[in-house]
Amino acid sequence: MTPRRPGRWRRNAARLGLMAVPAAFFAVFFAYPVAAIVARGLKADGGWQPGRIADVLAQSDIRQVLWFTTWQALVSTVLTLVIALPGAYVLARFDFPGRQVLRAVITVPFVLPTVVVGTAFMALVGRGGLLDELWGVRLDTTVWAILLAHVFFNYAVVVRTVGGLWAQLDPRQEEAARMLGASRLTAWRTVTLPALAPAVAAAALMVFLFTFTSFGVVQILGGPAFSTLEVEIYRQTADLFDLSTAAVLTTIQFLAVGAILALHAWTVRRRETALRLVDASVTARRPRGAGQWALLGGVVATVAVLLLLPLAVLVQRSFGSAGLAYYRALTEADGGVFLVAPIEAIGNSLRYAVAATVIAVVVGGLAAVALTRRDAGRLVRGFDALLMLPLGVSAVTVGFGFLIALDEPPLDLRASWILVPLAQALVGVPFVVRTMLPVLRAVDVRLREAAAVLGASPWRAWREVDLPLVRRALLIAAGFAFAVSLGEFGATVFIARPDNPTLPVAVARLLGRPGDLNYGQAMALSTILMVVCAVALLVLERLRTDRTGEF
Amino acid sequence: MDITKKVTALAVGLGLVTLSACGSSGADGSSGSGEGSKTVTLVSHNSWAVSEDVVAAFEKRSGFKLKVLEDGDAGQAVNKAILTKDNPQGDVFFGVDNTLLSRALDNGLFQPYEAKGSDLILPEYRADEDKHRVTPVDTGDVCVNYDKAWFEKKKLTPPKTFDDLVDPAYKDLLVVENAATSSPGLGFLLGTVAEYGDGGGWEDYWKKLKANGVKVVDGWEHAYNEEFSGSAGGKQAKADRPLVVSYAFSPPAEVIYADPRPDTAPTGVAEGTCFRQVEYAGLLSNAENPEGGKALLDFLVSKTFQDDMPLNMFVYPVREGAQVPEEFVKFGPQAKEPRTMDPAKIAENRDQWVKSWTSLVLK
Repeated sequence: MTPRRPGRWRRNAARLGLMAVPAAFFAVFFAYPVAAIVARGLKADGGWQPGRIADVLAQSDIRQVLWFTTWQALVSTVLTLVIALPGAYVLARFDFPGRQVLRAVITVPFVLPTVVVGTAFMALVGRGGLLDELWGVRLDTTVWAILLAHVFFNYAVVVRTVGGLWAQLDPRQEEAARMLGASRLTAWRTVTLPALAPAVAAAALMVFLFTFTSFGVVQILGGPAFSTLEVEIYRQTADLFDLSTAAVLTTIQFLAVGAILALHAWTVRRRETALRLVDASVTARRPRGAGQWALLGGVVATVAVLLLLPLAVLVQRSFGSAGLAYYRALTEADGGVFLVAPIEAIGNSLRYAVAATVIAVVVGGLAAVALTRRDAGRLVRGFDALLMLPLGVSAVTVGFGFLIALDEPPLDLRASWILVPLAQALVGVPFVVRTMLPVLRAVDVRLREAAAVLGASPWRAWREVDLPLVRRALLIAAGFAFAVSLGEFGATVFIARPDNPTLPVAVARLLGRPGDLNYGQAMALSTILMVVCAVALLVLERLRTDRTGEF
Repeated sequence: MDITKKVTALAVGLGLVTLSACGSSGADGSSGSGEGSKTVTLVSHNSWAVSEDVVAAFEKRSGFKLKVLEDGDAGQAVNKAILTKDNPQGDVFFGVDNTLLSRALDNGLFQPYEAKGSDLILPEYRADEDKHRVTPVDTGDVCVNYDKAWFEKKKLTPPKTFDDLVDPAYKDLLVVENAATSSPGLGFLLGTVAEYGDGGGWEDYWKKLKANGVKVVDGWEHAYNEEFSGSAGGKQAKADRPLVVSYAFSPPAEVIYADPRPDTAPTGVAEGTCFRQVEYAGLLSNAENPEGGKALLDFLVSKTFQDDMPLNMFVYPVREGAQVPEEFVKFGPQAKEPRTMDPAKIAENRDQWVKSWTSLVLK
């Protein structure tokens, strides 16, 4: 047993202090509601019913769902990595006109509600879609439509998570290896790849989580024939009201996601090294030679076909043959679908997103700082995985949990506006932690120690050493949290009521009524949501370059 | 984004519809009673809609301020109300229909109250008459809709009855919703059970329907906006199904939500395929403000509300002599002989029918 040194004790106390806020947030707004609803499902006549688990697993349809969920998530993840990693490289290392715009635009699908984009994606792979017209290929009820849509949605996850780090890796290390005689491939494999591995693992994990818990994509593009665990939990809860089966399935999903996260935490820990990070603006340069231009061209073409085309269809439909009529209609309150003009949903969405971003950045930022130290104990490491769990748990479970758990003062939040940003922050926090942690951990600990030797307090050392290095990651994280909140639909829909509908909710409502004007307005509102997201992301890109001079 | 999206919840608007704009009239009406802050809360699904002046009239007459909580689509709203019944979110729940009524009643969601004016409700819509736990509020028909232009172009007569739908002339033309996940999907299934009986008759019918190329999708939004050639979305998506399970009020909605308004509806209703749904409201068991809740129930069956409701929620009134808008009469007449079913029979068999239907049609 090591003797307790006061320094270490103080460090631990500081870390616990940092963890208190995220831990409380997680416990109250995630663990407690989920436990409450699962317990409700697994308890009958006052006693626990563990036998239900075996009953549910004995059903062949359920086993089929489990198999399909895992299989499609694996394939989707591999496909997304293969298609998106070249994009991550190009956007990190090449300097070309329109780079910022491209980086902003690829993130748009990720933050748009599936209800909207699933519709547009059908125009690509469905009947009369591009593939149909060119080659007579229709994918709309096949598993390919699901897989491609997963790539479409998650492309940005890989590009932003991996690219964010890639842009800051010092290329001179790889160049040095090549000067010492290593081949281009060897240099890349021994220098760059190990440095990137944690980010690639983090990205792969996120894509796997999103596809493992995929809901909208599977329902829209797969129809009733394909079902994931998440879809099944939703059906059992919201349609059949079989809380017992839903609780068993939630437990299974929970365990699966927990195992994946534990594995991931272990992999990341083994591979982490202090990296030499530099300002991203000095690592990117113009593509040189035919090969690099071809790579750039290939990435742009992929993005154009797979990401931009479905979005373009959306814009086209928002005009239809009516010109601006649908947009004009958005400013009128017709008293039918809405009491207020649909356009007011934009303001609601922005307000919620700002609140959610603040919560997510504070909670996630504190957690990331607390988790940075590599001498962290097992408890702390487990906490890391724990914060990711909300991404892997069904929104309907969380939503129904909120209803029965947060219903007493002082926590009767069911009718409070704050519940929406809280729920959105729940999915935003993991993004903040995941984006910041690799960068924070890669900060050379010796810099911090040097600062301490020179008499800096821990706070000052963090502010002078860590903060400048992670500001970029912090901005990316905030941008992600903001965009995620803007497009968030599931939690928003299931949890308490905001004073007015958000953009995605308004779109869904308009789509729920027959009539040309309703459909047109839904498309117009989706286009506006898309533009708002794109502008927000673009502003973020600008902000990033403006600050780089400070490094 | 993709993480938590729930697409069957497409129609889900949440959003407490703030009626704060009407608050002033409520305050005026109640200032004399000393109960100025007394609020009655209505929990409903996202199709709830009412004119502002009608709300103002209620607040003035009753002295209660109306607060509305929209809680997802019809099925979810019922489930959520049951989950929270010990500590409900409001005083009155509106929006449980005859297909789910038993779930609400069996779970003790409502307490008895006979609304004033109940005697004027048309007898065919009444339910639970010995205990008066629910009050009928509106009605609507689930029917197959057809794309008029498509049938004219093909010089084909649109189908009229359930029998017609299995005619080879209409092969690969119909899209229906999953009965397990969609309210119109379930309504259509119940319509076929009412038509062909549950002694194997409806199963045989669905086998024929399947052989005739029926397509099943999960929700109404997908069926109507993506697959049905007669809708705005369907036209843009080059949809190839001119028959869809929707509502009898869809054709008038196609007229009302078009600019400029056409003289005739672009879609029609196959009147022999209709299943009648009735929506009920009830006083929640643990309501905090039962007096306000009772006043609200009285209001829901009052002529003021019943007259106002059709064009806001696209449903028919249930009160004798309530006005039916001319657009409804002209473009979406109520079916003369809709199929319907006793809520008790639905309660007893719903789960089993849906299960059999799933293995018969989806597997």
